Amino acid sequence: MARLKMLAANEHGTPPLGAGHSLCQGCGIPIVVRTVLDAIPGKKVVVNATGCLEVATTRFPTTAWNVPWMHVAFENAAAVAAGVESAQRALRRRGLAGEEATIVVFAGDGGTYDIGLQALSGALERGHRLVFCCYDNEAYMNTGVQRSGATPFGASTTTSPTGSVGLGKLQERKDMTEIAAAHHVPYVAQATASHWHDLALKAERAAAADGPAFLNVLSDCPVGWGHEPRRFKEILDAAVETRFWPLYEIADGEHRLTYQPQDYVPIDSWLRGQKRFAHLLEPEHAELVRHIQARVDADWERLLAVSS
Amino acid sequence: MTAQLMTGGEVVAHAMAQIDPDVVPVYPITPQTPIIQHFAKLVADGRAATEIVNVESEHSAMSAAIGSALAGARTITATSSQGLALMAEVVYIAAAMRAPVVVAVGNRALSGPINIHCDHSDSMLVRDSGVIQLFAENVQEAYDAMLLAVRLAERSDVLLPVFVCQDGFTITHSAEPVELLDDETVRAFIGDYTLPMPLLDVERPTSKGPFAMPDYYFELRHQQVQAMACALPAIDELGWELARLTGRPFSAIEPYRLDDAERAFICLGSTAGLVKDVVDELRDAGERFGLLRICSFRPFPEAAVADALAGVSEAIVLDRAEAPGARAPLYADVAASLFGADLELRGHVYGLGGRELHPDDVHEIAEGRCGLYVGLRGASWPA
Repeated sequence: MARLKMLAANEHGTPPLGAGHSLCQGCGIPIVVRTVLDAIPGKKVVVNATGCLEVATTRFPTTAWNVPWMHVAFENAAAVAAGVESAQRALRRRGLAGEEATIVVFAGDGGTYDIGLQALSGALERGHRLVFCCYDNEAYMNTGVQRSGATPFGASTTTSPTGSVGLGKLQERKDMTEIAAAHHVPYVAQATASHWHDLALKAERAAAADGPAFLNVLSDCPVGWGHEPRRFKEILDAAVETRFWPLYEIADGEHRLTYQPQDYVPIDSWLRGQKRFAHLLEPEHAELVRHIQARVDADWERLLAVSS
Repeated sequence: MTAQLMTGGEVVAHAMAQIDPDVVPVYPITPQTPIIQHFAKLVADGRAATEIVNVESEHSAMSAAIGSALAGARTITATSSQGLALMAEVVYIAAAMRAPVVVAVGNRALSGPINIHCDHSDSMLVRDSGVIQLFAENVQEAYDAMLLAVRLAERSDVLLPVFVCQDGFTITHSAEPVELLDDETVRAFIGDYTLPMPLLDVERPTSKGPFAMPDYYFELRHQQVQAMACALPAIDELGWELARLTGRPFSAIEPYRLDDAERAFICLGSTAGLVKDVVDELRDAGERFGLLRICSFRPFPEAAVADALAGVSEAIVLDRAEAPGARAPLYADVAASLFGADLELRGHVYGLGGRELHPDDVHEIAEGRCGLYVGLRGASWPA
């Protein structure tokens, strides 16, 4: 079971993702990557979709990776990983490869919810043994904060901007966690960069699953969300406490909450402190906030009803 | 060596079973489908131990092929037309990442309008992608080229994807007598797959597919040019090695009755069979015609083409692809090869979307009675 000491031990010497990358201060991505990789025992191979993580860690001729790492394109990380996994299976069957490495995919929400969805769906359906970890920062951050299928209702982005008539994105976000679960894969979980122990346990279970596993990890972006880097933890905590981003898992089809907030915290405390939501907190847009609250409440009730 | 009646699809599947690749990620499309169907059956019958990955698109087929090949597994895939168009993005990346994937292509016209029959527009779409493209003339050569392609792709000075192109339906679905090597001979010829620095070597981790800015991008791209330059002599070297086993030559070009020719046709693929017959007829009538078949379209054997055509007074290029707004692709390459040479050069476009080319058409071309577009109807159609 993942313990802080074990995670720290895996960071000694040559950590999977080393220093020297150029991800922003306060970015959740390196926390997600290091927590997930440190929590998974044994050998690991990383496949990475195009995005912030790829760009910020592998500017040629440098690399921040101390584990095998491969990037091909934006939309195909799951297909590339399927090829790596099939290669490993074929070579091991012929006695040409040693101890099985865990294939871990990292992709942003663009590479998961949108352009990468087809390849991901195919890989989940075919049953490849891999851990697909989405670092979901709710927009295309690498290209400058454009809306994605993961961008929540009301968020201002550069392609869903606020203005004299614009109110930000006026469509709901996809429920990618449930889309993944609908593939009947052995393990799916929703986690966040701020709850490291919860994330580490889920990464461990994902790697142990006999088949594809999907981790949907809410990860902040100080630039795109509009918050001070040092406030990343309290903002992600608010996503969990307001029940906007419930922490749960679906193991062999069974939903289980892995954390239950004690008090009812209104959605305002998630919206507050992020510039992308600032317009929603103006008095004339109270109706939009009520809409968001109603959606969060309904989703939570639905989740409670199916969870043990 | 045994002779059998087989289609191009069957013979490629047979070659694949003999090669016994580790991984075959593939997606069905006409007219390539017979290849993967026959191969799947051969695997189901225990003739190969390959991991077939039935992916959800050609984009994923090539993506998985890159992952598999660079992980350290011998990898083959197959496609046609729209499938090749869909995977085009990743074809470029496969070449750039130096993934030695062998791709069996059943050439088919690109949409639109949608069409399932042969032309070379799909191959031309990835002309500049950095992949090697070998064009087979017939079923026999499709078999030979598959075996050669494995060795060529995996040479440490090449490490590029190799496309083995065969004309859709004309070769993929047509049965011809073929001579097959026995399994042991094939295994001995292709040898083991040893990729330098495979991804799965966790003791010596590598970062594959990094981000390169103006300070390195140009140099990294240029390595592909150098690999292509190495591939050209390698085709002939491997062709000789294979010929010692098969008794059949394989080279970047095939000159046919060119030695004393005054006029020469130049073409790719199965059309060469028909043109050879017409050349024989013209020779019988006292006309000194010959044919230069381009077997390796990429790398393009520019010096060999110029050399082979040095003695002719007229070169006639037959293109099975159109390049709207510019001259057709094979014509452009031949013209560049012959720049400054003292001869007449003309080109014709034929056979788009599977339109048949008849011997009479080639005679008309020889007689100079044919326009740029062979068999194209005028303004009066469809009346």
